[in-house]
Amino acid sequence: MTFFRSHILVSIDPECQAKGAYQIIDALNDELVAQGLIGEVQVLETSRIGDPAAYGPDIMVYPEGVHYVKLTKDDIHNLVKEHFLKGRAVEKFLVEQAAKSDDELGPPKPKEVRVVLRNCGVIDPCNIEDYIAVDGYMALAKSISELTPEEVIDTVLKSGLRGRGGAGFPTGRKWQFASGSKGSPKYIICNADEGDPGAFMNRRVLESDPHAVIEGMAIAAYAIGSSQGYIYCRAEYPEAVRTLRIAIKQAREFGLLGSNILGSDFSFDLEVRMGAGAFVCGEETALMASIEGKRGEPRTRPPFPAVKGLWNQPTNINNVETYATVPQVILKGAEWFASMGTEHSKGTKTFALAGDVNNTGLIEVPMGITLREIIFEVGGGIKNGKNFKAIQTGGPMGGCLPASDLDLPVDYESLSQAGSMMGSGGMIVMDEETCMVDIARFFMEFTQEESCGKCVPCRVGTRRLLEILTDICDGKGKAGDIETLEMLCKQIKQDSLCGLGQGAPNPVESTLKHFRDEYEAHIFEKRCPAKVCRAMIRYEILEDACTGCTVCARNCPVDAITGERRQTHTIDPDMCVRCGICLQVCNFNAVTIN
Amino acid sequence: MPPDNMNVLEVVHGVVEEHGAKAEELIPILNDVNRAIGYLPKEALEEISRLVKEPKSKLTSVATFYQMLSTKPRGRHVIRFCESAPCHVAGGREVWQAVQEELGLKDGETSEDGKWTLITASCLGLCGVGPVVLVDDDMYGNVTPSQVPDILARYS
Repeated sequence: MTFFRSHILVSIDPECQAKGAYQIIDALNDELVAQGLIGEVQVLETSRIGDPAAYGPDIMVYPEGVHYVKLTKDDIHNLVKEHFLKGRAVEKFLVEQAAKSDDELGPPKPKEVRVVLRNCGVIDPCNIEDYIAVDGYMALAKSISELTPEEVIDTVLKSGLRGRGGAGFPTGRKWQFASGSKGSPKYIICNADEGDPGAFMNRRVLESDPHAVIEGMAIAAYAIGSSQGYIYCRAEYPEAVRTLRIAIKQAREFGLLGSNILGSDFSFDLEVRMGAGAFVCGEETALMASIEGKRGEPRTRPPFPAVKGLWNQPTNINNVETYATVPQVILKGAEWFASMGTEHSKGTKTFALAGDVNNTGLIEVPMGITLREIIFEVGGGIKNGKNFKAIQTGGPMGGCLPASDLDLPVDYESLSQAGSMMGSGGMIVMDEETCMVDIARFFMEFTQEESCGKCVPCRVGTRRLLEILTDICDGKGKAGDIETLEMLCKQIKQDSLCGLGQGAPNPVESTLKHFRDEYEAHIFEKRCPAKVCRAMIRYEILEDACTGCTVCARNCPVDAITGERRQTHTIDPDMCVRCGICLQVCNFNAVTIN
Repeated sequence: MPPDNMNVLEVVHGVVEEHGAKAEELIPILNDVNRAIGYLPKEALEEISRLVKEPKSKLTSVATFYQMLSTKPRGRHVIRFCESAPCHVAGGREVWQAVQEELGLKDGETSEDGKWTLITASCLGLCGVGPVVLVDDDMYGNVTPSQVPDILARYS
C-alpha cells in the first residue's frame, strides 16, 4: 500500500460538477505530475464539503484540514506550488476569506446531532476503506457473529426507530412481520425514490455514504432471512446510482456482499434499479410493480409487502435513511438511540431546509426539536429580514403550518395532529410575500400531474381542486368555492387507495384552516394580499424614484413601458403581462406592485 | 424520426443483450433505448416486445406511464424545468414564464425546427440553488428570467 503525505478531497457534488469540479481534478493531477508530487499527494473525489452554491468548486486538504473554495482550473498551478511544494497555505482561497457572516460549513450547527449525515463530506464514498476506517461494516460483523436474527430485530425494536420515509411505522415491527412470514425467497428493498419536491436528504446519503445504506440492508436481510435485495433509485439521481453501483462492486470485492459473508453461512447480494420518472413509485406497492417492469400503480393493502411483496414473496421495504441509521443502532445500542428524541419518536431525523430561510440545506436534529428552533436557530432565520409566514412540512402531501404552530415539537404525532406530517423530511419556509392560495394551487398542480389515475377521486378530484384554485388565483373565484374545496378535500381523502390521494388535499385543507382570510380576499375583494397573483396586481413606476434610465423599457418583453430618456416612464396596464422583469432590472427601486 | 444513420434495431438488440430478455428488465431496457435514440419509436417497442415476449399493449402502457420515457420524437436539446416548490418559491414561476416566452413553447412541446423540447421535471434534488433548469445534462442553478436568453444561446 502506498502512503501519501497529503490527500486532496475534491467535492463532486452535482452543483460543484456544474461549476467544473472535474476540470479541477484533471488540473490537480496534471500539476502534481508536473511538479513531481504525484507519489506524495493523492487526489480523491468526495461529496459536498461546504455550500457549493456559494463556494464551489471547493477542495479539502488533509491532514492539514485546509478548505479551499471558489477555485478555477487556472488557480491550480499556483495552489499546488504554494501549498504542497513550499508548504504555505494560499490565503486567497481559504474558506474564512470567502465566508462572510454565517459559517455554513464545517462542524454541525448548534442543536444539530449528526448520525445519518456523520460521514457526508468526510469520507470518500467511492472508497470502501474510508467507510471501514470509521467503523463501517462493524455492525454487520457484530450482527452475523454475535447476534441471532431475533436479537437484531429486538435491538431495532427497542431502539424505537420508526420508518424515515414518512409514515413512521416501527422498523423493528416491520422486520418481525417479514421474518415471521412464510415463503422463500424473501426480498429486501430500499426505497430511494425520493420524489418529494424539496427533499434531497436521501440523495446526499446515497452520494456521500452509500455503504451505510448497503450495510443497513445487509443487516435487515440477515434479520429476516433474505438473500437478495434491490435499491430502487429515481432516475433524476444519476450521480447517486453511479455511486451506489461503485459501492456495491467494492462491497462484493471485500466479501461484504455475496456468498458466505465474512465466512458465515449468510449470503446476500444487491442490485440497483432505476426508476423512469414517476412520483407515485415512492409508494411501496407501486415501487414493487415498477421493479417488476410494470406501470407503477399502487394496489390495495393488505396483503402487506411483508406477506406478499415483490413477485408475491415476503418483502421488507424501508427507505434510505432508515437503513442508514440501522448500523449505528446495532453498534451503539438501542439505549443510545432511544436516549434521543421524544417518547414515541426516537433518534434523529434529517431535513432539507429550503425556501426563504438564511441557511438552506441539509440538517439533522433530534426528534422533538421545535419548528422555531429549526427555522431560527439551525436555519438562521428568514431571508432578507422579512417575517415568517408559514412552513410546509412533509412534502406535497403535507400541510402548511402558520406562526402559531412554531413551538410545535417535531415528531410524527405532533405534526399530523396539526394537519401536516413528518413525510420524508422536506421543509419549505415561506416569508410574508408568499401567497398561500397560490401555494395551494401549486401543490395541487403537482399532485394532479402525479396522480397515477387508478382511483377516480384522486384523478378527477385533484383536477377539480386545481381548477377551482386556478380560478381563485385568476380573480374568478366565487362565493361557495371554499365550501366546494372543503367537500372535495374530504371526499378525496376518504376514497383514495394510497398515500398520494389520501394526502393530496392536505396543502389545501391546511391553508384553508390557517389562511382562510387570504382565500376570502381573493374571492370577495379580488385582492391578493401577498401581491403575487398576477390577475390581481399592477406594476407601476414611482415618479419620484424613476430616473428615466430606460433599462426597464428596453427589457420589457412586450414593450408595455414607454417614456423618454431622463423622463419618468409609465407602464401600460393593458399590455403588461406582469412578468416582473422591470422590477428585477430597475436599479432605483422605482417599480412597485399594487 | 430517429436520428439519421442510427439503426433502431441494432440499438435495441445491444440494450436487450446487455440486460437480458426478461420482463423484469423492461424498465432498464426502455430507459436505455430512450436515452440512445432520444425517444421510443414504434419499431423499437415492437422489437423489444418480440424479444422480451411481452405484449405490445403492455409495452405501450409502461412507455406512456413514466415521465422520462417518450413515445414522441424529442428535440435536439431537451430543457427540463424543475417545477417543484422550493424552486417555485425561489422565483421559478417567473423563470418558467421567461423560458416559455423565449422559445414560444409550452410544457411538453417540441419546436418546429426540432431544436428544442420543453418539459417540466419533478424535483431534481438541487433545491439549494433553485430555480433550476436542466438543458440536456447541463445544470443551471439560481437562474433569473433575464439570464434565460443567454443560457439558451449556448446551444446550437
